[in-house]
Amino acid sequence: MPSTVQTSKGAAQGRPEGGGFTDRFSMRTKRLFWVWTFLALPVLFYSVIRFYPTIDAFRLSLTDWNLMNKPKFIGFENYAKLFSDPKFWQVFRNTFAYLILGTPISLLISFTVAFALDRIRFGHSFIRALYFLPFLTTAAAMAWVWRWFYQPAPIGVINDLLSSFGLMQQPFLRSTSQALPSIMVTAIWAGLGFQIIIFMAGLRAIPSTFYEAARIDGLGEWAILKKITLPLLKPTTIFLVVMSSIGFLRIFDQVYNMTTNDPGGPLGSTKPLVLMIYQSAFSSYQMGYAAAQTVVLFLILLAISLLQLWILRDKK
Amino acid sequence: MTDTDRQEALSRYRIKIQPGRILIWTLLFIGGIVMITPLLFMFSTSLKPASDVYDLRLIPAHPTLSNYVAVLTSTGFVRWFFNSMLVAVSVTCSNVFFDSLVGYTLAKFRFRGRRFIFLAILSTLMIPTEMLVIPWYLMSANFGWLDTYWGIMFPGMMTGFGTFLMRQFFEGVPDDFMEAARVDGMNEFVIWWKIAMPLVAPALSALAIFTFLGNWTAFFWPLIVTTSSELYTLPVGLSSFAVEAAIQWEMIMTGAALATIPTLLVFLLFQRYIVRGVMLAGVKG
Amino acid sequence: MKKALLLAGLLSGFSLPAFTAAQAVEIEYWQYIYETRVNAMDQLIKNFEAANPDITVKQVTFPYADYQTRIVAANMAGKGPDVMQLFYGWLDKFVAGGLLQPLGKEAFPHDKIEADFFPIVTAMQRDGEYYGLPTAVRSLALFYNKKLFADSGLDPANPPKTLDELVAASKVIAKHDDAGNMLTEGMTMDMSGQDHHWWREVLVRQFGGEPYTDDYRTVKYDSEAGAKALSFYTDLQLKEKVGQIGFMDEGQAAFRAGKAGMTIDGTFRLGSFKQIKDFEWGVAELPANADGYQSNYSSYFANGIGAKVKGEKLEAAEKFLAYVTSPEAMKIWLDVVGELPAKREVALTDENTANPIYGPFLKGLADAHTTLFVDEAAQRQTAMDMANRVLINGQTPEESVAEAAKQEQKIIDDAM
Repeated sequence: MPSTVQTSKGAAQGRPEGGGFTDRFSMRTKRLFWVWTFLALPVLFYSVIRFYPTIDAFRLSLTDWNLMNKPKFIGFENYAKLFSDPKFWQVFRNTFAYLILGTPISLLISFTVAFALDRIRFGHSFIRALYFLPFLTTAAAMAWVWRWFYQPAPIGVINDLLSSFGLMQQPFLRSTSQALPSIMVTAIWAGLGFQIIIFMAGLRAIPSTFYEAARIDGLGEWAILKKITLPLLKPTTIFLVVMSSIGFLRIFDQVYNMTTNDPGGPLGSTKPLVLMIYQSAFSSYQMGYAAAQTVVLFLILLAISLLQLWILRDKK
Repeated sequence: MTDTDRQEALSRYRIKIQPGRILIWTLLFIGGIVMITPLLFMFSTSLKPASDVYDLRLIPAHPTLSNYVAVLTSTGFVRWFFNSMLVAVSVTCSNVFFDSLVGYTLAKFRFRGRRFIFLAILSTLMIPTEMLVIPWYLMSANFGWLDTYWGIMFPGMMTGFGTFLMRQFFEGVPDDFMEAARVDGMNEFVIWWKIAMPLVAPALSALAIFTFLGNWTAFFWPLIVTTSSELYTLPVGLSSFAVEAAIQWEMIMTGAALATIPTLLVFLLFQRYIVRGVMLAGVKG
Repeated sequence: MKKALLLAGLLSGFSLPAFTAAQAVEIEYWQYIYETRVNAMDQLIKNFEAANPDITVKQVTFPYADYQTRIVAANMAGKGPDVMQLFYGWLDKFVAGGLLQPLGKEAFPHDKIEADFFPIVTAMQRDGEYYGLPTAVRSLALFYNKKLFADSGLDPANPPKTLDELVAASKVIAKHDDAGNMLTEGMTMDMSGQDHHWWREVLVRQFGGEPYTDDYRTVKYDSEAGAKALSFYTDLQLKEKVGQIGFMDEGQAAFRAGKAGMTIDGTFRLGSFKQIKDFEWGVAELPANADGYQSNYSSYFANGIGAKVKGEKLEAAEKFLAYVTSPEAMKIWLDVVGELPAKREVALTDENTANPIYGPFLKGLADAHTTLFVDEAAQRQTAMDMANRVLINGQTPEESVAEAAKQEQKIIDDAM
């Protein structure tokens, strides 16, 4: 390595310009050598652990593999079976119910809290910690705590509270209409802290001059919120909507742990797609069928992400 | 964020009238207490003897640590804890190393295929891991990775999210630092490790926090790939323990509390860094 | 077959070179890991080797969740066990996959099998051939809380003998608060536990029906008897209000906590209930119907011989299989594992039937049926959903039974 290579400040693009042609050539070769040394293992990793399995998932979804046999190509039979299965459509509806209820509710709460928290000085970090703590818990563990909360009296905390106020006990996890929202609440609860922090970061990033100018114009608090805060928070909101939607579409830990004795029940009313995938693959060993379900999940996620970006961009 | 920053940030609201603030504060405080109620009941029940479980008072009438002794001695809890720690720490180290190495290379070098590799890695963010578990399972069976530590860890050794995050941060690092080091004859690896990495320390801590937390709480893949109790991670062990414990709530709460305590302790110690890390990752990512 | 070869590599770790005498035949026995079962098998192998010095048996074990997969994978690699333990419900899959060979008729004459074993052993028969024999079996019985019986003025020495008595006793034991919330169950209800077996093989028959055709390939409980059996079950919650699905989360949890008078469970629950310190409990036979008709559900793990075993290994495997299904082995299994002997003469000794705990389970074996599941988890789910449709959605038992029968038939057809 020639230690006397001159470098100019013109290397803004990161390319050092050496003195002579050979120097420059050897510099480039050397740097290329480093680049591919750095990237060799990662390229191998992404090819083998990410891209090959992605293709493999598509391939397996076209086979009748059940762990016991040699996979045989059966075309789109798995997909046909899936789309003609009413249970799948129930699962499909459930999955979207988690998303359509969960995302707006959690964003509304987290924005309100973040907005209010941003104006609080006394005990600020203490209160922030209260909201943030659930984010650090393990979903599989807390699902059991919530499951206990939802029990009928005499052991369920919530029902105990209700009956002490003279209110009707609620069946919660034992009801086809209440079970899904009950589980969804636990997912909202766990994710709120993260969303609040991100919203607060977004709020802090809005220059205070904007607010001052608005006040000079005589805008009220509500108008400021509508005209300045919310539009300027759009990137943050998009980020959170996408993150939260993906989270709800992939919900599994909570459902699995809260319904172990009737997975996804009662009557399949809480079963999300990922649980159906898990059961098909690792309980019924229908690997090909399960692979087809994962492909559907992938397509849904893809569509949702694209749709949301499109909607939020057009609204302006 | 320093306190002066915060005061500055808050000064714009100084015109607010006091009673409204007190109301907001009170509501926020009540909301916060509601948020941690499940945690409070979890700890409270874990300290109650079995006979008091149906007494739903928050303060245990006969507090005891016997549940903790029972869970720690008669189940695989200690082993699961160790497994989770080993897995989370290994995967975090790998991510901090590889994600930032790749992020750095993509941000700071110009070469053919750079854009392609960047887009390829970014595109992995669109593929849900659920889609990969069946091929991973097949792969693990073929290579003998089922029910091994490597089997639990391998899918997460590098992530598109981490790589993207680090690339964003390295883009913000001026080239001058690296150029100066090149003049001094350092090789590219040393430049990255010694010069560039310290400049993105906050981002690295954010990446580390996220990766660790994600792996510490991971459930789906460890549930699939592990079969023997000796290899369970904490969430999987806890889940199987809860089922096998035949719904003895005080034991389940104790297990849940034990799984929660470490992350709570770390949070209480490093609250400011963790919150900043989450903000960084959220804003840049 | 590349995968199979790779799997062979994966499994080759188990084919350690034998350091035994050159002329000795070594066979491998596979079962899943469960401490007492492994211990009992160690003891059986020791005895067997002492009696057959020219044969050594190596026990290989895997975690339960992995066990089935390992056997299948090993067979694909041409390297299966010589003798293996298998759940009776896996038989179709294993026979279809070419994992098992039929038991030789000289070593295991059919008339002798049918005379010695409980009739449930026929679940191991396909096309006139037996593919395995059990050492031990499990059955169901009624557990009851003696303290709650006494507190409610019932005789703790006299548990219910018929379904009517069961309901009557439950009504005395069940307690509610003023708002009608359940405080103590008379009888637990938990379809996800053992109740689905109780409903299928016991209640349906007791109400005059048949759950399936004899080969278990056609669902037959879509009948008046099936609907009656279901409404008997759901009425426990809806009409009699003596039980409630989901009370204390699980039936057995309610019983353990002393908040349920009675529960139906299997032999395998004995270990867990033996830890109960707060009250005494007893075991009774499942209640009969008004005509005295009794039925039970039994399941078991059988031992079969690998499809590719032949020559002197086959001879050794047959000898070993004969030993692990001998009366001596069954006694050891009962003592160490606590599972019931599969042969009548060993099980139904005066000592065993007089045993207050094993007795009721053993008596149940005589009337037991063994459901041939194709996918136990999925079929159980249809039973759970069947009850829930009535209990939660208010569907009539007739409609719910019909729907369940259709769903279960589809699961069976899809698997065939």
